[in-house]
Amino acid sequence: MRNQVSLFVTCMVDQLFPKVGIAMADVLERLGYRVDFPEAQTCCGQPAFNSGYRSEAREVARHFLRTFEKSETIVVPSGSCTAMVAHHYADLFQKEPETLAKVHELEKKIYEFSTFLTDVAGVEDVGARLEEVVTFHDGCHALRELGIQSAPRRLLARVRGLELREMQPAEECCGFGGTFAVKFSELSGAMARTKLEAIVGTGAKAVVSLDPSCLMQIQGAISRAGLNVRTMHLAEVLASR
Amino acid sequence: MSVEFDRKIHLTLADANLQLAVYTATGRLKEKRKEVTAADVLPEYQDLRSQANALKKHTIDNLDHYLEEFERNVQARGGHVVYCKDATEVSDFVLDLAKKRGSKLIVKSKSMTTEEVDLNERLEHHGLEAVETDLGEYILQLAHEKPYHIVAPALHKTRYDVADIFTKELKIERETVPEKLTMIARAVLREKFLKADIGISGANFLIADSGAVTIVENEGNARLTTSTPKIHITVAGIEKLIPRAQDLAVFLKLLARSATGQLLSVYTSFLAGPRRAGEVDGPEEFYVVLVDNGRTKLLPDRGKRQSLYCIRCGACLNTCPVYRKIGGHSFPWVYSGPIGAIITPQFMGPTHEPALPFASSLCGACGEVCPVKIDIPKVLLELRSDVKKAETREKQNRLEKLAFRIFAWVMTRPRVYEMAGRIAASMAPASDGKWLRNVPPPMNMGPVKAWLNDRDLPPSPSKSFRQMWRSR
Amino acid sequence: MSRDNILHKVRTALGRSAGQGVVDVPPVRLQIPAVALEGRIASMRARIEALAGITERVPDMAAAREYVAQAILGKTAVASNSPYLAECGIATLPGVQCGIREVDTLREVCARVDIGISSADYVLSDTGTLVMIASPAEARLVSLLPPAHLAVVPVERILTGLDELFTVLPRPAEQTSSMVLITGPSRTADIEQILVRGVHGPGLLTVVIVG
Repeated sequence: MRNQVSLFVTCMVDQLFPKVGIAMADVLERLGYRVDFPEAQTCCGQPAFNSGYRSEAREVARHFLRTFEKSETIVVPSGSCTAMVAHHYADLFQKEPETLAKVHELEKKIYEFSTFLTDVAGVEDVGARLEEVVTFHDGCHALRELGIQSAPRRLLARVRGLELREMQPAEECCGFGGTFAVKFSELSGAMARTKLEAIVGTGAKAVVSLDPSCLMQIQGAISRAGLNVRTMHLAEVLASR
Repeated sequence: MSVEFDRKIHLTLADANLQLAVYTATGRLKEKRKEVTAADVLPEYQDLRSQANALKKHTIDNLDHYLEEFERNVQARGGHVVYCKDATEVSDFVLDLAKKRGSKLIVKSKSMTTEEVDLNERLEHHGLEAVETDLGEYILQLAHEKPYHIVAPALHKTRYDVADIFTKELKIERETVPEKLTMIARAVLREKFLKADIGISGANFLIADSGAVTIVENEGNARLTTSTPKIHITVAGIEKLIPRAQDLAVFLKLLARSATGQLLSVYTSFLAGPRRAGEVDGPEEFYVVLVDNGRTKLLPDRGKRQSLYCIRCGACLNTCPVYRKIGGHSFPWVYSGPIGAIITPQFMGPTHEPALPFASSLCGACGEVCPVKIDIPKVLLELRSDVKKAETREKQNRLEKLAFRIFAWVMTRPRVYEMAGRIAASMAPASDGKWLRNVPPPMNMGPVKAWLNDRDLPPSPSKSFRQMWRSR
Repeated sequence: MSRDNILHKVRTALGRSAGQGVVDVPPVRLQIPAVALEGRIASMRARIEALAGITERVPDMAAAREYVAQAILGKTAVASNSPYLAECGIATLPGVQCGIREVDTLREVCARVDIGISSADYVLSDTGTLVMIASPAEARLVSLLPPAHLAVVPVERILTGLDELFTVLPRPAEQTSSMVLITGPSRTADIEQILVRGVHGPGLLTVVIVG
């Protein structure tokens, strides 16, 4: 039996895409991890932080710190929420040395799902099978704040029956950006349509990403455009057999 | 968001030709930059960025020292340094000098700093002729427009637009071939160069240990501007300093690569004072106008001070998915794109266009390509916080503030959070797993309505993750 | 005007006092790669040709003179006062005006002739760049006003690149009011990003390497 890991499923997965969380738990359990779900968890606070409301973000961050204080390892199905905790919590607590020390402890034990698999669990083949042609969308925060690029691709390469076709460019933003998506909805929508062109250009039948928020944006635009492409979180792909 | 900002974004998005022109042009520049900075082509690229960042940080952190060193060295070579706090002082200085020397015609090479202070308009108002000589800038001067892009100012104009402008303004027969249009401009501007009394240039770098101005360009118009007239005036922001001529080896390798994907621009001029005894040509008088115009306001904040490291390469514009959609003229000031979004609020105050720092998906592409490693996303986040603090002080946008107070309250109370989630889910219409094109009132308001303008909404699952987890 | 006011604002904002020195200046970063002469020549030629410039390598001064004589046949030219051009016998070729030391005459001639002939103080091989230092020998306008620029450079002046240039010449301002690096012919892409050469400076660039 491997170690214990705690899930931080994110508020978006909890409320809108629960199957992603279940898929992630399934994959981790198959690999022999004991998985727990600290029930006090809510949100990482990113919506407030990115909207300029730092004191509100700080309150939510404090709650997060308390909730996961006892966890040894935290796994998150989102690059963006992981980056919020691992990169921006420190900005919030610059003036509170004690909390800052706790933040630095937290930074060491929180992992985005795909890098947890490749770097901590040390696996690339999780025994998944999915007969599908897919393309991969790099979430901006996973790519640029966490430097994640190869881990998800290595995992996808080992899924039986799956063909990965890279879109050009894979690394351009889908236009979600949290409240940006509604404050500048027309612009955000235009960015999503540019992303769709790249996706459709590959001929793939599914778009895979590490971030539920990107997938909500992309699926929302796909559905509006009436395209026959589905979106899948990497966890859902890896849980398939 | 101001009505103006919103309207300009909308109009740009709705203009299919403009969308294609801007997206294609920036895409090409973006790809070229990527090719010449790739690890196998330039293995020292990241090292150069770090060095450039360290040099800029050091210079800005000790700016007064380098300003004075620069000043001493310019004077030692027979040049003059003039400090100007704002637009009026810059134009007063030029007007006064022109009057003393009896000058009528001024040729100008590209300078964003003079755009900042509306120098051309001010000079023309006093009866001087000031002619832009960079082809793109010349086109825009004839069209009475501001630059669309820091590096490629007329990026939004097609050959047909240029043909229309030249036909109307130069009273010539219509010509649409870019080569021929360029040669028409060359002929008109060559006459101006040979007659001009004063040349005004910008500067890419001011070299403290040399008292020198460095100008990077491709056309040769900056060389002409600084060589043919008897008087050369450089107008540059105080942040353009670097310590040593030797540091150019770092900056020149980064600048052209980041801007246009060239290894070096065609012409790099390193100019130190007026023509010297024995030299055959060059200006007789050499002035450097050091402009503040708000820059000193950026210095006190250690986190945001880095905004002054910018070397105006335009790489952040070309890679920015927002700039590539809304173009340069949607931005509220002369600087556009990510760098415009971080310097405009600091020059003009956070409430000048409060929405500006929010017009970003925070994708981080700008920070990744910045040759001097300005952490643009981080500065954007700090500016967002500044805007919200200002709004809170002035009791503006109180509904949003309340919404985020509620957000924080709910998110720190797991049971309330869970209940709120279930209530929201129960209100969502049944959809059989299909994504929703619209929702009934009262849900079709605010953010939900905005989302639904362009995208469908996910259906609410019958159970939240935590409910599923409990029944597992 | 606002000198003292601006310097005061800067110092206040940075928490510095007047006359305070600087510490921890980042060291100069100059790294000169070892590239043999033939490698430098090959790289330089490839770079210039990639920019639509012309290069020619000739064995000696006489051959240089012959090459230039052919290149300017039927055209008018101005030559800089470079001793090297004189030594090659290029300055005295028929059709070449030379020895101009008065600026108005120089302007008039440079604006009229077809070709400007100069030497160069250095050539940077990794970018294909001519380094032109203004002096009694080299005027600025010779390489700028005519529609074509032809530079004749002895092989020993080829450096590897910028790092070597700034090692050889740490403070160019000590010897000139103007150092210009020329990398290819004048160009613009301001209309629809279509490349057009010779917009303001010379549209044709020829570099003759001697030796």
